[in-house]
Amino acid sequence: MYNSGKIITGLVLFLGVVTMPFWFNIGKADVKPDPSLDTPVIRQMKVKHCIESKQFMIDNHMELLNAWRNAVVRNNKTIYVSTAGQYFTMSLEDTCFHCHSNEKQFCDQCHTYANIQPYCWECHVKPVEEAANGHR
Amino acid sequence: MKIVVAFIVVLVLAALPYAGIQYAGMSTVFGIIIPYAAVAVFILGVVYRIVKWARSPVPFRIPTTCGQEKSLPWIKQNKLDNPSGTAGVLGRMALEILCFRSLFRNTRTELREGPRLSYASSVWLWLAAIAFHWSFLIILIRHFRLFSQPVPHFINVVENIDGFLQIGVPTLYITDILLLAAVLYLFIRRVVLPQVRYISLVADYVPLLLIFGIGLTGVLMRYFFRVNVIGVKELVMGLIAFKPHVPADIGTLFFIHLFLIATLFAYFPFSKLMHLGGVFLSPTRNLANNNRMVRHINPWNYPVHVHTYAEYEDEFRDKMKAVGLPVEKE
Amino acid sequence: MAEELKKEELVKIQYKPPKKDWMDTPVKFRHGTYIYPAKAKNLQYLDLPNPREWSPVDEDWKLPENWKEIVLNGMKERLDKYRSFKVFMDICVRCGACADKCHFYIGGGDPKNMPVLRAELIRSVYRGNFTAAGKILGRINGARDLTKDVIKEWFSYFYQCTECRRCSVFCPYGIDTAEITMMGRELLTLLGVNVNWILEPAANCYRTGNHLGIQPHALMDMFEMMLDDIKDRTGIKIEPTFNRKGAEILFITPSADFFAEPGMYTCMGYLMLFHELGLDYTWSTYASEGGNFGLFTSHEMIKRLNAKMYAEAKRLGVKWILGGECGHMWRVVHQYMDTLNGPADFLQEPVSPVTGTKFENAKSTKMVHIAEFTADLIKNKKIKLDPGRNDKLRITFHDSCNPARAMGIFEEPRYIIKNVCNNFFEMPENTTREQTFCCGGGAGLGTDEMMETRMRGGMPRANAVQYVHEKYGVNRLSCMCAIDRATLTTLMEYWVPDVKVTGIHELVANALVMNGEKERIVDIRGEPLKDEKGENHV
Repeated sequence: MYNSGKIITGLVLFLGVVTMPFWFNIGKADVKPDPSLDTPVIRQMKVKHCIESKQFMIDNHMELLNAWRNAVVRNNKTIYVSTAGQYFTMSLEDTCFHCHSNEKQFCDQCHTYANIQPYCWECHVKPVEEAANGHR
Repeated sequence: MKIVVAFIVVLVLAALPYAGIQYAGMSTVFGIIIPYAAVAVFILGVVYRIVKWARSPVPFRIPTTCGQEKSLPWIKQNKLDNPSGTAGVLGRMALEILCFRSLFRNTRTELREGPRLSYASSVWLWLAAIAFHWSFLIILIRHFRLFSQPVPHFINVVENIDGFLQIGVPTLYITDILLLAAVLYLFIRRVVLPQVRYISLVADYVPLLLIFGIGLTGVLMRYFFRVNVIGVKELVMGLIAFKPHVPADIGTLFFIHLFLIATLFAYFPFSKLMHLGGVFLSPTRNLANNNRMVRHINPWNYPVHVHTYAEYEDEFRDKMKAVGLPVEKE
Repeated sequence: MAEELKKEELVKIQYKPPKKDWMDTPVKFRHGTYIYPAKAKNLQYLDLPNPREWSPVDEDWKLPENWKEIVLNGMKERLDKYRSFKVFMDICVRCGACADKCHFYIGGGDPKNMPVLRAELIRSVYRGNFTAAGKILGRINGARDLTKDVIKEWFSYFYQCTECRRCSVFCPYGIDTAEITMMGRELLTLLGVNVNWILEPAANCYRTGNHLGIQPHALMDMFEMMLDDIKDRTGIKIEPTFNRKGAEILFITPSADFFAEPGMYTCMGYLMLFHELGLDYTWSTYASEGGNFGLFTSHEMIKRLNAKMYAEAKRLGVKWILGGECGHMWRVVHQYMDTLNGPADFLQEPVSPVTGTKFENAKSTKMVHIAEFTADLIKNKKIKLDPGRNDKLRITFHDSCNPARAMGIFEEPRYIIKNVCNNFFEMPENTTREQTFCCGGGAGLGTDEMMETRMRGGMPRANAVQYVHEKYGVNRLSCMCAIDRATLTTLMEYWVPDVKVTGIHELVANALVMNGEKERIVDIRGEPLKDEKGENHV
């Protein structure tokens, strides 16, 4: 008794599952994120600089925002002092979106690609891109 | 001693990609060549091993029966622990593979004064084993977000359930904690229990430490020392589309993680980790106890020398006749 | 023997394993823990290789010159023939769940009696010779060379396993140590490394049809004695038939029940029951053995010894076969017979001539277990029973390993016992049914020179009996296995002397109200039905 039928079925299933990554994406466009920073406000900035360094923001923006939320909502603190000594209001809508008014470009591209689902939008209103009008 | 060897093995394995990436710039080797090789060895190796098992027949039907057999109609059969048909066997196998039923039976035997032997249910090993295996599976499924574009909705469901506590940013996954805790328990148990330490080989410590290393580097990347996840996905998507390239600045930690996984995959078919496949093929569990109902065929059943009745009667005929036993030949 | 062993000394068990690695600990043979080697004449009679005089305590075991080649070729052959062996060699993760499930480990503490390590004894050689990882990594991967010391170790520990399969109940992959022990013993058989306690009965069985070498005329004498005893106790003279052609049923039971106490009382029970039913059945002198010591030697030997059952059923032209109370016999009948010596297409699907019940679960093998048969009789009220006649007995039931874990026959014997006696008490849960403990002397270990190992291995079983003895006043341990009836008797004498051993059909015989019987004042053993005070024993 060899049960070859059952074993071959099992092997085919195994191969199907382990090779899934290879065939799952066939025919689907692999669009790498290429976020555009081109918003009206940024365009007008002389020195294009966020509240902290670019690398710091890439690595830690989620923690920074989380800390801001806790500071504002729980401790009633609203001012953030950056490493460079500048003062900022801890506000997603008033501070971040002021420059990064293009949520689809700036947030979603990477988040969708890496399948990250921040729960910012459970409370906050997504910024509306009004770049065409030149004002906000 | 065996434990020290295992530690050294895993440390060396972790140091290799560190040195390779940090000092030799071998990102192609660690990012492309080794992962491809590991996956190839894994797939071919597992298939090879299973085919090798499958080439040996199951000459006898030898289920271990753990409940009442099917017999008279008024006696209640235990269909899961002593199945007599396919449905029962499927149920038994599902319980075994998904719930580790046999391990759940585990007891601890103690010899007390008297002497009095006592047996107490002992579920810790089962608990750690099931936490470990299920966490591993869920983590593996969650990683599919790096292997697909667009990511199927199903992955989000798994992520949301796994992260439903919503602790911290990025959200803490329960399985990350469970996996590390369970592996740690299994390792400590192996070291601390004298009997288990006595039976353990280096080959028993290495996979545990290796998996702990994988889990640890994963957790470090997610929660503490971030790597460029966009770059990671680019690398992975390139690999699976067979257009491999290594984006710059992914972070060395990722290459350590990747190399340990590659090692685990390549080692898998040659190790006890093959219990993944073997559990399906265990003849004491995957056969119905219908031995007296359906004849089991042994493909190599061969004729043997037997002592026939004729030979028997020839030797004892006179004695048989003397006591009035019927004989074939007078 | 039993007196030399002090119980107090025996229970001082050191479970903590030694510092030294098990691979560096060669086996030592000590009196009481090994079985005498098979005599040359028995190997010769069975055409087995390398017949010679030798002893395990000798330095030189007189192995064949190319012993290593023989063993490795034998291993390869068996890896190719048995998926069980191959898979079990590969997938153990050494989780240790089986460790404290083995009665020999519980009662002795020798780490090599942990099922996992017993299997590693052979697995290490497998890795060293048949796997790439083992060949390259060597000891790191748990591989070792095959040496003469390894052979000695195998001999010691594969004959300290009773193939009871308790560990396989707990193994997450169902790894069955019995399967591994059987392979180990087959490999040793290739070298002529066998024990006499197994090969002598096997050789006897081959020649005379039964383990004891009882020749046909002597068998008649033994039955005459039992029949006289029955007449003495019931007033009924029974006249069974032997080797009778055209009978409906052939009855086969272990020969140990023909002559020795307490097994013969069970045999008398069969005779009385069949007489009372007026069953059209016959005994056979050629197939006068239910047991099969081939199971403890090799698969080939199982087949050679088992062949008689179907051959005799065919020669006599019976419709089906009924099998008596036995343990390993039923492992062979249930799991091996049909495959090895079937198909039994010359027989008919078994139907009880008394109740008309079809034994659906035996429709291919055509052999019915006596407990199934009798339970069906009782359920259909075909026999008159007076359970009060067993009232001086307070009974517990020992599930024998093979019927428990290779068949799952749990309810039938209990149903019978509960109908033939009034005082039945179960042993603790973790020691019965699929978790039952071995008697310590199964699989060919039940010999006197092995006494220390047996008393240690039987300790968990005895301990559970002692528990119900103290708690409920149990004085009778019932079982349905001939080896049990012999080995449990010794075990009880040592650990729980107040408890005697009995077969189930002895209890049936006591309770059976027979047509035309005289007033029963003694039980089937000839002992008063009630004790001296005229009261039931409590």
